[in-house]
Amino acid sequence: MTVKTPQYLTFFSLKDIKSNGILFMDISISAGFPSPADDFKETRISLDEELIKNKEATFFAKVSGQSMIGAGIDNNDLLVIDRSIEPTNNKIAVCFLDGEFTVKRLRVDNGEVWLQPENPKYPIIKITEENDFVIWGIVTNVIKKV
Amino acid sequence: MYALVDCNNFYVSCERVFNPNLQNKPVAILSNNDGCVISLSDEAKKTGLPFGVPAFKYEAFFKVNNITILSSNYPLYGDMSTRVMKILHQFTPDIEVYSIDEAFLEFKGFQNYNLEDYGLKIRKRILQWTGIPTSVGIASTKALSKVANKIARKYPKKTNGVYVIDSDEKHIKALRWISLKNVWGIGNRLEKRLLLKGCKNALDFIQLSDRWILKNFSVSEWKLKKELQGVPKFLLEEISSKKNIATTRSFESTFSDIDNIKERVATFATSCAEKLRKQQSNCQIIIVFLRSNHYKKDTKQHKASISIVLPYPTNSSLTISKVAVQAVTQLFKKGIAYKRAGVLVSGLVPTNNYQLNLFVQENPKHKPLMRVVDKINTKFKANKIKLASQDLQQTWKMRQERLSPKYTTNINDIITVK
Repeated sequence: MTVKTPQYLTFFSLKDIKSNGILFMDISISAGFPSPADDFKETRISLDEELIKNKEATFFAKVSGQSMIGAGIDNNDLLVIDRSIEPTNNKIAVCFLDGEFTVKRLRVDNGEVWLQPENPKYPIIKITEENDFVIWGIVTNVIKKV
Repeated sequence: MYALVDCNNFYVSCERVFNPNLQNKPVAILSNNDGCVISLSDEAKKTGLPFGVPAFKYEAFFKVNNITILSSNYPLYGDMSTRVMKILHQFTPDIEVYSIDEAFLEFKGFQNYNLEDYGLKIRKRILQWTGIPTSVGIASTKALSKVANKIARKYPKKTNGVYVIDSDEKHIKALRWISLKNVWGIGNRLEKRLLLKGCKNALDFIQLSDRWILKNFSVSEWKLKKELQGVPKFLLEEISSKKNIATTRSFESTFSDIDNIKERVATFATSCAEKLRKQQSNCQIIIVFLRSNHYKKDTKQHKASISIVLPYPTNSSLTISKVAVQAVTQLFKKGIAYKRAGVLVSGLVPTNNYQLNLFVQENPKHKPLMRVVDKINTKFKANKIKLASQDLQQTWKMRQERLSPKYTTNINDIITVK
């Protein structure tokens, strides 16, 4: 007989904090009035934490070309890719298609997969069994230089 | 219960994540300096290419069999390994990272879990998140989990990459299946002696009497027998720091003059000292070796090593390289073309806990100096501060003619998408 338990446990390991976020200040350095901010200290904003939700599954890629310009993805932009996110309709994905990496919007409909560019100059691509095709990861953020 | 999670053809798999064109093709990875074949894809194994052979002897073979050859890209493999191990930590707090591509997990209090499902979940998550395929073997002891892992790896379609030994029937079947030389801890010599005794597989081995094993071998073989019977004797080892550290390389060409070899050995010694400081250890023993090119049988051969016990434990680059260079003067013989050298440090003790020597001690200035050197070298990435015994003009490079980009550790090397 088996006892019912929650299906799986997930173990979380402690996050390692790098030392460049916060400075340690000893309140007894000076004889003057201790800083009133000491009790309210918080860690600095970290773009790593904002942009990377899953460190182990996150990779970066550089964009070449303008097929996704309508989605705000331009030539030379940096993509943040999270492989742990399930690919679903409407997500922007990095795919490996017939020997090349490509970034397109996923269209999943009735068991058919289409790769939709966001630029009228590029055609929509239907994925068939003849294609060598893998969805490599889901794009979560675009970083651009201005 | 224990699990062994092993990454399939790890180096090749890392390359394939970022270059999926290599999928289903024969691929071989070469060691440092493009010396030997150290990792093969399943397709490359089928061509009959053996492990460990020197690459230059097989150039023609690579061409005929269409094998893609790559230099080893350790920054990439190291990062991918860290990702895999971090993911494994999400499945159990008890884990032993056994090597760059395998880890033992222990499941305490998982009685109500279906461990096969759990194994499949581990495999699926690693594959999806990192792109690395793994095999998972689960059993009541570490040695048996190794056997289960071999079964999962051998029959990926039947097992989906996960095999659990959880019944007497499976236990006996597995032991009968595995040949002695594939059992963890049974080397060639042991296998020969056991074959003489009439043992062909692990099942024969566990039927030998405890007394006979202890009399003819040692306690570790007896422990292995118990492990294979399903009685845990090997516990998880949480490896906090390494017991030996080494830097050894083949030279791009050969050296017959002592100055070049001194420079190389000083550099290897410095690298060992850096590794020691990184893990906060001191060493008590330094071993230096030199070797001529043993593939060129027609030239004069020389192979020698020396080990030096230090008067006090140290991790100072200055001390370690000084001792190593002195060792070179003792080892070096004129008229030999040397091809390979190495420095190994051993007898490691933590920096904050060691026996002081009453009469000789490390110069107290070394410690803060090394701290500054490490800081500067980390900040500017390349080794900007070197010892004077290292070559300042020339930057030595490993031969890496077929190196893939550092996809995950250098922003200029990331993949390009269209």
